Amino acid sequence: MSPDDIRTELSAWLDANWDPNRPLIEWRNILVDGGWAAPSWPEDSFGRGFDVEQMAVVNDVFAEKGIVGAAQAGPRRLAAETILVHGNADQKQRFLRPILTGEHAWTQLFSEPGSGSDLAGASTKAELIDGKWIVNGQKVWNTSAHHADWGILVARTDWDLPKHQGLSYFLINLRQPGVEVRPLKQMNGHASFNEVFLTDAEVAVEDMLGAEGDGWAIATTTLSIERQGFARGRNERPPREANEGSIYDEFAKELEIANEPYTWYPQREGRVDLVMKRAMDTGAIKDPSVRQEMAKLMCMSRAAQLAAHSAAAKRKAGSNEIVPAGSIGKLGASVIARQSAHVHTMISGADAMLSGPDSAEEGVIAETLVSVPAISIAGGTDEIQKNIISERVLGMPKEQRMDTGPFRDIKRN
Amino acid sequence: MTEYTQDQATFREVVTKFLQAKSTPTDVRRLMASDEGYDADVWQQLCQEVGLAGTHIPEEYGGFGFGPVELGIAAEEMGRHLYCGPFFSSAVMAGYAILNGDSEANKQKLLPEIAAGSTVATLVLDSVNDPNQVGRQLRVTGKELDGTAPIVTDAHIADVLLVVASGEDGLGLYSVIADADGVKISPQQALDPTRKLSRVAFSGAEVQKIGHLSESGLNKTWDQISVALAHEMIGGAQQLFDSTLEYTKVRVQFGRPIGSFQALKHRCADLLLELEWAKAATHHAAFCLASGQEPETASMAKAMASDIYMEAARAAVQLRGGIGFTWEEDTHLWFKRAKASEVFMGSPHTHRERLLSLMEEAS
Ligand SMILES: Cc1cc2nc3c(=O)[nH]c(=O)nc-3n(C[C@H](O)[C@H](O)[C@H](O)COP(=O)(O)OP(=O)(O)OC[C@H]3O[C@@H](n4cnc5c(N)ncnc54)[C@H](O)[C@@H]3O)c2cc1C
Repeated sequence: MSPDDIRTELSAWLDANWDPNRPLIEWRNILVDGGWAAPSWPEDSFGRGFDVEQMAVVNDVFAEKGIVGAAQAGPRRLAAETILVHGNADQKQRFLRPILTGEHAWTQLFSEPGSGSDLAGASTKAELIDGKWIVNGQKVWNTSAHHADWGILVARTDWDLPKHQGLSYFLINLRQPGVEVRPLKQMNGHASFNEVFLTDAEVAVEDMLGAEGDGWAIATTTLSIERQGFARGRNERPPREANEGSIYDEFAKELEIANEPYTWYPQREGRVDLVMKRAMDTGAIKDPSVRQEMAKLMCMSRAAQLAAHSAAAKRKAGSNEIVPAGSIGKLGASVIARQSAHVHTMISGADAMLSGPDSAEEGVIAETLVSVPAISIAGGTDEIQKNIISERVLGMPKEQRMDTGPFRDIKRN
Repeated sequence: MTEYTQDQATFREVVTKFLQAKSTPTDVRRLMASDEGYDADVWQQLCQEVGLAGTHIPEEYGGFGFGPVELGIAAEEMGRHLYCGPFFSSAVMAGYAILNGDSEANKQKLLPEIAAGSTVATLVLDSVNDPNQVGRQLRVTGKELDGTAPIVTDAHIADVLLVVASGEDGLGLYSVIADADGVKISPQQALDPTRKLSRVAFSGAEVQKIGHLSESGLNKTWDQISVALAHEMIGGAQQLFDSTLEYTKVRVQFGRPIGSFQALKHRCADLLLELEWAKAATHHAAFCLASGQEPETASMAKAMASDIYMEAARAAVQLRGGIGFTWEEDTHLWFKRAKASEVFMGSPHTHRERLLSLMEEAS
């Protein structure tokens, strides 16, 4: 379809169907049936196979008319896009619609206390007993698990195979007695994550994604989807502020819950955007030593944007050249966040001892200073990014492995 | 560089033993969540049984008559154990200010009470950034004090405020009763909840003049406080370093202890280098205070201790991975103390500037 055709057809369809006083879920079911909930998805999965340019038109029309679209927020997209790639027809049919309508919220159950950097070292156990998978173990860092209905779960089904081969991927219903979710408070006072305890939790055989032993390969898909989203802001906003209709209230409520774990995410990136304002407000802009550090930060931050743009342009031009943009970008974000925290500290001076709503920028600076340490850990630590860059991008000789052979024989905590 | 004597080593052991028992992470968490921020019984024991508040106070004023070296030892161990209480505000800050003043009457009256812990005092400075900015907000006219000090440690539990303010004849040191008319003490939310902060506003509060404060007098007090703070900081940095090193030996990923990865070995080696330098500089600064030589070493100590404390704090979180970023794990308690101490009594860049100016003058 050409951009003009899309615009015409979608506008006509919306004029006929959109009603801001419809219940949210009812509206989204209509969207799904009309093929407008996820037009980028394939035609056999509620979509239209639209490409990036076609999607841009769709998004424009939705935005112009202030239409509430399919549910997007939180980790549900990770589940949806993984199911799209690896799910069978039955799974797509059963799971994708309630994701799009917002009826089911999802969480990611990968990391464990004993396996963080070494994600493939997961030791949560799934055993097939009487025609059901019985799961035992503990997961951690599960964003939004406290209001999730379902989880994407990686668990070990074979302890005698090498560690990457013994994992399987499950879609697990969290609304069952064997699942206990406990919030995990962070050093910045927020509780965005959870620990999830699985005790004889059950998964139906038809809810395994892919085949037994495919867990790591499928998890890799999920992780690459996650990495693509890393730099993107995850905070979705309601379409317009002044829109009237009950659906906007329902939508705002949904977003409030979904976005709550992410309110401090801009702070962990160091709030470079506030540096100049703070320096001018406080007069620190006149201090030559502060100026030098500020200027360094501005150089880094601008260069990182430029490098990211040029990498994106190369990708778009279809270049096969290995662009280390992902890991470089992530590592760069850590360096920038640290320098920004350093500069904010210099600018604030002793005022950096204060926090809370009465402190600088309503507490945002203080929150930044205690949130920045997360950026070099979340989504793969700096050390792991450096290993990836040196071994995979630069082709430097690999570290000797000590985790080969049957998983049960590998040393672990 | 002078070495510690046997007595000084024994003194350290006594302090350590006391704090190991009375300032555990559980105690720290309990106190940081309270409004007062300290345990009055433990404070009494610290002053009465161990006599720490009088470490540097001469015997004729009820103290032990030790010097900055012993005070440094006490502060270092308090930093290591994140002791929560008015030791730093009352004994170190107010204590030094009074000791440096020239009012014999006040020394006789206040110092024994400070050493005994029966009076809690704190030093009110309208800038804890830079000695050159002190006296711009707080002013005394006649016997009345006006103005605001935005950041004062432990004012919420203080009986007496020692205030540096500008009077008709320049800077002076004044004392004010904490609950007098015209004194408003408003507790502030602190980034580091283990050291309580208040904003203190004066409007016509009645003061008693302790003495004139020359620029060099103010700088001397500032240096003494900075050196004690630097000790506190290297103690904290050492604690973070030790616990992190231990963690890298026991945490296993990829079938091996994470400490076996060269990236972490090198990071720990770098930390050790910087820590050893900061400790050497800080200990030396205390000896210099005692001997009156090399005045630039105070700023050197504060700058280097600030840098290593933050370096160690960043590494302590990073090398623990996700668990290091949680509230449950104790690392953040020291991380926040490191961040707050970095900017208290002068940021590293302020101290580096001071250090260089002094070296420039001397050459
Ligand atoms: C704010 C935040 C958000 C997060 N969000 C999510 C989430 O949404 N989903 C999710 O699944 N997880 C999430 N995590 C978990 C995160 O992915 C892990 O914490 C991270 O991968 C590190 O694992 P770990 O905590 O087990 O640390 P460990 O793996 O134990 O690492 C400890 C230290 O060892 C180092 N190390 C480990 N292996 C090597 C090596 N081979 N070479 C050199 N150094 C090494 C690490 O770099 C680190 O410094 C989040 C964590 C945080 C703090």
